[in-house]
Amino acid sequence: MANPSTPEFALETSGEQTILRVSGDWTVRTVQFVDDELRELEGQGPMVLDTSALGSLDTAGAFVIDRTLRQISDEPARIEGNHANAENLIGQVHAVTDVEEPKRPPHGGLVDMLERTGRGFMNMLSEAKDTLAFLGETLVTTFRLVLTPWKLRWTSIVSVMEEAGLDAMPIIAFLSFFVGMVVAFIGATTLSDLGSEIFVVELIGFAMLRELGVIMTGIVLAGRTNSSFTAQIGTMKMRQEIDAMQTLGLKPMDVLVAPRIIAMVVTTPVLTFVSTLAGIAGGVIVGWLALDINPALFLDRLQSNVPLDQFWVGMSKAPVFGFVVALIACRQGLNVGGSVQSLGSKTTTSVVQAIFSIIVIDALFAIFYMEMGI
Amino acid sequence: MTDDIIIRIRDLKTAYGSHVVHEHLDLDIRRGEIIGVIGPSGCGKSVLLRAITGLKEPSAGSVEVFGKRLETLDPDERAAVERSWGVMFQDGALFSNLTVRENVMVPLKEHTDLSPQLCRELADMKILMAGLGVQAGAKFPSDLSGGMRKRAALARALALDPELLFLDEPTAGLDPITAANFDALIRKLQRALGLTVFLVTHDVDTLNATCDRIAVLGEKRVLAVGTIDELRAFDHPWVQEYFGGPRGRAATGH
Repeated sequence: MANPSTPEFALETSGEQTILRVSGDWTVRTVQFVDDELRELEGQGPMVLDTSALGSLDTAGAFVIDRTLRQISDEPARIEGNHANAENLIGQVHAVTDVEEPKRPPHGGLVDMLERTGRGFMNMLSEAKDTLAFLGETLVTTFRLVLTPWKLRWTSIVSVMEEAGLDAMPIIAFLSFFVGMVVAFIGATTLSDLGSEIFVVELIGFAMLRELGVIMTGIVLAGRTNSSFTAQIGTMKMRQEIDAMQTLGLKPMDVLVAPRIIAMVVTTPVLTFVSTLAGIAGGVIVGWLALDINPALFLDRLQSNVPLDQFWVGMSKAPVFGFVVALIACRQGLNVGGSVQSLGSKTTTSVVQAIFSIIVIDALFAIFYMEMGI
Repeated sequence: MTDDIIIRIRDLKTAYGSHVVHEHLDLDIRRGEIIGVIGPSGCGKSVLLRAITGLKEPSAGSVEVFGKRLETLDPDERAAVERSWGVMFQDGALFSNLTVRENVMVPLKEHTDLSPQLCRELADMKILMAGLGVQAGAKFPSDLSGGMRKRAALARALALDPELLFLDEPTAGLDPITAANFDALIRKLQRALGLTVFLVTHDVDTLNATCDRIAVLGEKRVLAVGTIDELRAFDHPWVQEYFGGPRGRAATGH
């Protein structure tokens, strides 16, 4: 491909007419050189366009020439010269661009800001309302299915249990183990000042059983399982699989949401149990290596000084966390629109909402159990 | 004349794992023609398009576009070749997070030094040229109907005024009137800009209305290349059924 030559133009007035002579190559790669000057051209009609020295021309060049002709005069221009396709191209461009551009009403900065604030607030309200509606629908569907277990989709429940439960077990155990170690170290440093390192056992016991075991599980599920649920359902929504499902008489609530909810409600307590054990194991290791607390002594003291209630307090939160994570994931997944961007933003929203909800719900539980005196 | 050949495919073999799609495939595409590629579903029409545009590495054989083999080019040269073609994919493949206007502006911004204002104006012109209204420019692809998305995709493919245009089933899923307009549009643009068009299609009407030559794919190679009349005389069961079937006869007026 030869290098294109620079486009040039000249405007002449001869008698009544204004003549625009164009030469050189007018293509998408060259028109930027003359664009600014052309915008400032002025003259009086009627116009004649002389194309005899014009090199190659494409639609971009034709567009710029046509725009200039129009800007100078409202009357249609006469095209002279024997360029192969200038008349044809300019004519085509002229034909399609001959429309009034709709003007948008101008907006002030303040109006814009108020509008955005209003929209944001209304969105928040409708988001809250929709979440509650979805919660209700999910509860109804799930209870209906649990009461008629032969209608449940066991295959997908088991598959979700494996994917979201079993596969998440190593990472949850690993993280809790380290959190257990960290708590034990912090306890050891503080308590050794008082000469009462042995209370590390109670610290680990209460912390892991009551809060950290279940919180770690919830956070990992919110990051790992929640995002994958949202992405799965969102992609199905984006590719119209959900619509296809509905037309085939399958309810997305039954097929997609209920199995995930049930699987999560069942697996989260198991994961929490593993997580708690791993956390205590981390504490035992630190106690043994750093504080010379024999593991047997550790476990003995744990049994006698940490009431069983603490374990049940922790475990009671697990199904709720599992439910909330699955609920938010499914809802955001079903909210995905048609674009890739909405998939991304819904997944983010989903994870953020899940982590937020877990911490808020945990706080509510803490208040509740405190009032109950447990 | 060798200069007239814009795409030269020799002994092409493409395969996905052990599944061979093309073998010993030869095809020449001449400058300035509209070549239609037909063949039964699953015969590798779209794969051929991917092989030519470098999206699918051939397992053997060579594909020359503008006399150059894509895989031997350095990145700059390859970008130059890629600038001189436009591709319209089957379902549009518009960037879903950009508006239609921004979609059309992507190649303009990326490959030219045009001012943002001129970019916008040119993008609007292409959108109008492809048969969409100005107001479509501000919409997102997900808000458009299938036919409008195809037009938007065509506008993007034409953004840089390419010499070579690849169209993958441009009229599939369009109503007959829109499809006929689309055919006329392609023909008109091709004449005005001297485009070479590589058109994958199932639509006999489109073939009849637009194509200079037709290549029939099948049995992993090109079975025949020629005008509709030449192909109608071609003795192959699939080709005979294609043009001799009720749809084929109606479209070509025989």
